[in-house]
Amino acid sequence: MKKTFRRISERFVQGIFTLSGSMTSIVILLIVVFLFKEGLGLFRSPDIEKGYALCVHVSNPVERLHPKEVKSVFDSETVNWQDLGGNDEEITLFRFDEIFSLYSDEELGDDYSLLPQKLGEVIGQNRGIIAFLPEKYLPADDSRVKILRTENISPVDFFAGTEWMPTITPAPLFGSLPLILGTLWVSIFAILIALPPGLGVAIYMSELAGERTRKLLKPTIELLAGIPSVVYGFFGLVTLVPLIQNTLHLPVGETALAGSLILAIMALPTIITIAEDAMRNTPKSMREASLALGATHWQTIYRVVIPYARSGISAAVVLGVGRAVGETMAVMMVTGNAAVMPGSLFESVRTIPATIAAELGEAPSGGTHYQSLFLLGCILFVITMIISVTAEMISKKTP
Amino acid sequence: MNKTVAVLIFSLGIISGVQAQKIKGSDTMLPLSQKEAESYMKANSSQTVIVTGGGSGVGISALVEGTTDIAQSSRKIKFDEKQKLQKSGKTVKEVTAAYDALAIIVHPDNKVANLTREQLEGIFTGKIKNWKEVGGADLQIIPYSRETSSGTYEFFKESVLKNKNYKNGIMSMPATGAIIQSVSQTKGAIGYVGLAYLNKDVKAVRVSYDGGKTFVEPSLTTAKDGTYPVVRPLLYYYVTASESKVKPFIDYVLSDEGQKNVANTGFITLK
Repeated sequence: MKKTFRRISERFVQGIFTLSGSMTSIVILLIVVFLFKEGLGLFRSPDIEKGYALCVHVSNPVERLHPKEVKSVFDSETVNWQDLGGNDEEITLFRFDEIFSLYSDEELGDDYSLLPQKLGEVIGQNRGIIAFLPEKYLPADDSRVKILRTENISPVDFFAGTEWMPTITPAPLFGSLPLILGTLWVSIFAILIALPPGLGVAIYMSELAGERTRKLLKPTIELLAGIPSVVYGFFGLVTLVPLIQNTLHLPVGETALAGSLILAIMALPTIITIAEDAMRNTPKSMREASLALGATHWQTIYRVVIPYARSGISAAVVLGVGRAVGETMAVMMVTGNAAVMPGSLFESVRTIPATIAAELGEAPSGGTHYQSLFLLGCILFVITMIISVTAEMISKKTP
Repeated sequence: MNKTVAVLIFSLGIISGVQAQKIKGSDTMLPLSQKEAESYMKANSSQTVIVTGGGSGVGISALVEGTTDIAQSSRKIKFDEKQKLQKSGKTVKEVTAAYDALAIIVHPDNKVANLTREQLEGIFTGKIKNWKEVGGADLQIIPYSRETSSGTYEFFKESVLKNKNYKNGIMSMPATGAIIQSVSQTKGAIGYVGLAYLNKDVKAVRVSYDGGKTFVEPSLTTAKDGTYPVVRPLLYYYVTASESKVKPFIDYVLSDEGQKNVANTGFITLK
């Protein structure tokens, strides 16, 4: 009786464990599916703001404008249709809201029923006009009006574009290249900075330090990992940024270098702990064999311990990069977040996590901006996945 | 022990949430609404007002979805937001609670004290790159902007840049405090913050909107008498159907008592 009861309860507990394990996997899978579903929707969205269209005078030979051309037109940088393959005619900008200063609400009729007609009139009067109008009030039947063709946002523009301006109207620019490169740029330099001191401390702790020092040092370093990233960010903004600016005589202190330094400090605990564990795992027999052959302590470390722990050290580096790539708040506060192609360490950069954190709050849900941020999340996911798979492969490799 | 407390607080939240009025939206207005809610609840102990931020756009879309009673917004409602409200069969009322002035700030050592709107447009769209072009030292101009989610970002773009776009790759900071910090430690910096945030670490420039004829210093007085041009209304939006529910609070904000809170939080009163 007792036996069957125990067996049943064991089964039950096992069942719960299996269930929770599979639930976790399913949830993770669902999150990934959701991420990609939202993100890839971007390429099925029009490149002019959803629900709006661009209209020109019917005599205008231009059929389509690329988002970049639209931006330069609406910023008054391109002022003649000739530059866009049209007639020699000056460009007149017309935004939808301007109609309300031309006509009163009464003239536009009940529920704006006369609005399309009035818009048609305005466009018909000016050969050089380009009007940015909501589709709902489009004067589509008017013979004086031509609606410019819109296309879907192209993957080439997204992955190879160098301008990230997701909120501009009429045509947002989603060039994610500066963000992707900015993220990698900051993270890679962070690891280059963190690696030498990280390895040094790991060697000291595993080989040279006495038991008492080690017991003191280890929790201190692990404490570094527990400090909230906002605190790192604020520390960076008020101390590191002015320091960099003054010592290097730069016009701005919010640079990729500041981000890399902060990330280096944040990645140190990861690197030190993993590398130290790997070194301590070197079998005692190997060390003793080395010493017995007449090698000095340093030779043993250099020729036996480090080669033995090589895979562990590589894993530490890769996981350190992973920590740096996903870091949001600290980087956001010290790098200046300017979305430019990274060219040197002394310029401002914008990373993917900072972009998502800063912009998702106001992006209208389901819109192109929202989708583009999800796609950035997908890119980040792919990067970190590559990193963890690499780490897994390296640490599995036995020396 | 901890759990019981958490559950208690949670259930309290639910119970009070039933009768509470919810205000949501602009982060700029957050300190004002919180202050108003606090003193309103002190005066009427039976009432509960819950204030949350998130940005002006977030507040208005919450109003469309019916998840908030009042939307606080540091910009006027947009045409397509109005359309969405109409589609869901709602009409909204707009109430101006206070005004806010934006100050243009530079590093305290900067010699430049006056800037016209056209010069500001040039600086923030990236056409003017050096301080010597606007009468200052030979120094690179570093413009700082807010993040795109901020109502301040939108208003500055509308009012000062005349709807042109900020230059590509402008430095964008996550908070007003961060802009002040950066401008105070960068010699060539220029940025914009709400008047309430001005302090000694930065210098506010005088602004002209009439092509350089008159330059006005940002202050409570000039903003109030209308001579300082970069001023925006801080607005509350609510659905007309729920007017009876929110009216007492709105009236309180507009009362002398409520306007005292406006002054205390560093904004400009209506009268």
